[in-house]
Amino acid sequence: MLLAGGEGSRLGVLTKTRAKPAVPFGGKYRIIDFTLSNCINSGLSTVGVLTQYQPLELNEYIGNGQPWDLDRLEGGVHVLPPFQRRRGADWYKGTANAIYQNISFIDRYNPDYVVMLSGDHIYKMDYSKMLDFHKQKNADCTISVIEVPIEEASRFGIMNTNEEGQIYQFEEKPKKPKSNKASMGVYIFTWKKLRRYLELDENDDSSQNDFGKNIIPSMLRDEQRIFAYPFNGYWKDVGTIESLWQSNMDLLKPDCKINLYDPNWKIYSRSPIEPPHYIGVNSRILNSIIAEGCTIEGEIYNSVLFHGVRVAPGAIVRDSIIMPDACILARAKVQKAVIAEDAEIGEDAIVGFRADEINKQHFGITVIGDGVHIGAKSIVMEATMLDTDLPEVKVV
Amino acid sequence: MSLNAFGIIFSNMHDESVQELTSKRTMASIPYGGRYRLIDFVLSNMYNSGLTKVGVITKSNYQSLMDHLGSGKEWDLSRKREGLFILPPFGSTQSGVYKARLEALVGISEFIHRSTGDYVIMSDCDTICNLNYTIPLEDHIKNKADVTVICKRCPADNLGSREAVAYVANDDDRVNEIIISPKQDEECDVGLNMWIVNRSFLENALAQAQSHSLHSWERDILQQNCEKSRIFKWNFDGYAGRINTMHNYFRTNMDLLDSKVRNELFFRYGHIYTKIRDEIPAKYGNSAKVSNSLVADGCTIEGEVENSVLFRGVSIGSGAKISNSIIMQGTKIDSNVKLNYVIIDKDVFIKNNRILMGFDSYPLYIAKGSIV
Repeated sequence: MLLAGGEGSRLGVLTKTRAKPAVPFGGKYRIIDFTLSNCINSGLSTVGVLTQYQPLELNEYIGNGQPWDLDRLEGGVHVLPPFQRRRGADWYKGTANAIYQNISFIDRYNPDYVVMLSGDHIYKMDYSKMLDFHKQKNADCTISVIEVPIEEASRFGIMNTNEEGQIYQFEEKPKKPKSNKASMGVYIFTWKKLRRYLELDENDDSSQNDFGKNIIPSMLRDEQRIFAYPFNGYWKDVGTIESLWQSNMDLLKPDCKINLYDPNWKIYSRSPIEPPHYIGVNSRILNSIIAEGCTIEGEIYNSVLFHGVRVAPGAIVRDSIIMPDACILARAKVQKAVIAEDAEIGEDAIVGFRADEINKQHFGITVIGDGVHIGAKSIVMEATMLDTDLPEVKVV
Repeated sequence: MSLNAFGIIFSNMHDESVQELTSKRTMASIPYGGRYRLIDFVLSNMYNSGLTKVGVITKSNYQSLMDHLGSGKEWDLSRKREGLFILPPFGSTQSGVYKARLEALVGISEFIHRSTGDYVIMSDCDTICNLNYTIPLEDHIKNKADVTVICKRCPADNLGSREAVAYVANDDDRVNEIIISPKQDEECDVGLNMWIVNRSFLENALAQAQSHSLHSWERDILQQNCEKSRIFKWNFDGYAGRINTMHNYFRTNMDLLDSKVRNELFFRYGHIYTKIRDEIPAKYGNSAKVSNSLVADGCTIEGEVENSVLFRGVSIGSGAKISNSIIMQGTKIDSNVKLNYVIIDKDVFIKNNRILMGFDSYPLYIAKGSIV
C-alpha cells in the first residue's frame, strides 16, 4: 500500500498542482518511480496507491501501471482515492485512516502481510528481504530504519531497540535522541494484526489516525513484536526544496551512492516520446545529466535537465534542476535554482546567484513555478519562490 | 480517427544494399538516429495517419525485428481488433521464402483477404520521413486512382540510383511512363517505395501474378499497366532520407544534426515512436566536451565528441576524441581512443588508445559485438 496522498506543502510551488510523488526527479523520473520500481523488483505485483491531494497528474502518470510492469490480470496497480459510501464520504484523515478505508480492498487479496510505503523517498530497497526478516522474527510489525548522524536524529522518527532489534520505544522527532535509527517510512505488518489495530484506532475519537503517532505507539503499549530492519544504502526524504535539490545533485557525484545503471534493479518510468537530445556547436556541458528531447546551445554545469528542455546560445545553467519542457532563452543565467515544467526564463534574465557572487556561505534555492515566464532582463534573487510571471525589464 | 485502409510493411526489401548492417537483422530493424529502428518511421507514420491494422512481411533475419516490435504496443497497435500482425514466410505448406515483392504479397493473400478497408498502404523501410498518409490518400480518392506512388522530386542519384524508379507524369500527376534505373544526374520524381493501392487492384494483380508467375511489382504490374490503369504520383515535399548505401546511411544520420531536419522528421505530422528501454538520462562527466552531436539516454561521456550520433547506452572514456561518427547502442569506447568517420555497430568494445579512421564518402564500419 503506497501512501501518495500527501500535499508536500514544503515543496511550495512544485506541488501547487501535483501531489508530491508526481514531482519530477533525476532527469526522467518522478519521485514515485523509485517506490513503484522497488515493488516490482522485489516481486510485489499487487500495489494499491492511495491518492488524495491533486491526484490528476499522478493518476494519469500511473495509468494502468504498464511502465512498471504492473498491468496484470491478477493484482497490478490500483489507484485508490477516497470515495463515497452509503453513509456519507470521508477524506483520508490520516495515514492509518486511509488504510482503514481500504480494508475491503486489502481483504479482497487476503494477504498474510501488507507492506506500507510512502511515495516521497528516493532509495532502492528489496522489500522481499525485509519480509524474510519479518517472518524470521515472527514479528507483528517491522519498520525499516537507517542510521543517521546523531546530530540530525532529532529531525526523524527515532526507533529505540534492544540487542535483537526489537523496538521498545518510538520517538517522533526527539529533542534528545537515544539512538540514531531513523524510520524510513517503510513498514511491514502482519495483516490480521494490523486490521485489528486499524479498527481499534478508528473507534478512538481522540486518535489522529496516523501510523507514527497512533498505531505504532498503541502496538508498543500492547507489547506487540515490532522489529527494526536495518537498511544500508542511499535513502533520502525529498520533502523539502533543499533535500530535493541535494538529492538531484547527489546523482552527479562520481561516487553516487544510488546506482541507477544496475540492469537488475532498473528504475522504471513512463517515458516521454522524444528524440535524442542535441548538443549545439558552441555548448559546454560538464558534470550534468541531460534527458532526451533537449536542445542545448548554452553552457551547463552541475545540473540535471529533464526532457524537452531548451537552452539557447549564451545561456548559463549552473547547479540547477530544469524540469520538462522549460526554456532558458539567450544569455539568461540560472544558478542554484529549480525551474519547474514549461517555465520560460527570458533573454538576459538572471535567476538565483552563486555563493561567491553574493558573499554568503549558505543561501537558499530559487524556485520558478510551472509555466511561469520570467521576462527579459529580470532578476530573481536567491532563495525566492515564484509562481507568477515577471514582466520584462526595460532599461531607459 | 480510423482510415478505410490497412498497411503492409516489407521489412526485408533492399537488405542487400547495406549488407554490413543487415547481416544479423532486417532492413526494418537497422538502428537509426540514436534510438530508432528504420521501421519506427513507417509504423509511426501509419499510426499518426490513423491506420489501425498493419501487417509486417518478414523473410529472414527477423529475430531482432520481432524483439523490437513485441506486441506493437509502443505504436498503439496492440489491439483486440486489428493491430499489428507479423507475417513470416511459410504462411502455408506450399509457400516458402519469397524472392520478390509479388511473391511476398501472394504469400499473405489470406491476410489481405481478411482485412477490411478499400485501400492498402504499402511501404518499404528504406525511406526515413515524417509523412501523413491521409494527404496522398485524399488525392488518391479524388483522382479515382488505382495506385498512387509516393515520390520525391530530386536528381536520381540523390536517392541512390541502383534501384531507383522514376515516374513520369502529365500535369495532372497521372503517370504515363515508368523508368527503372533512370539516368543519375537528371532531376525526376523518384519513388520512395511507398504506394497507396486500391484493394481490388491489388487483389487482381496478385491473381495475375500467380497465374503468370510474375515477380516484380514495378516491372510486371505498374510498368505493364501504366496505360490501362490509373497510376498517379504524389510528391512529398518534406525531408526524405534514403538508406541504400553505407554512405547514404551515414549521411542520413548526419542530416539529423541540422535542426530543420530534426524538427521535420521528429515532429511534423506527429511523434516517432520506438521501443522503450528504461535507460537513465545521459551523464556528462567533468572532462566531457561535446558539440554538434545527438546523444541518447543511457550514455556516459567523459571524452570529446563532435559531429556524431550516439545511441542509447554508449560510454565514451576520458581523453577519447570522437568525430563524425555513428556509435550504436551499448558500445563502450575506452580512454584516449580516436575515431573519425566510423560507424560502430551495437555492443562493440574499442580498447584504450585505438585510432580508427574512415573517410566522409567511405566511413569505416565495425561489426556488431567486435572487440578492437
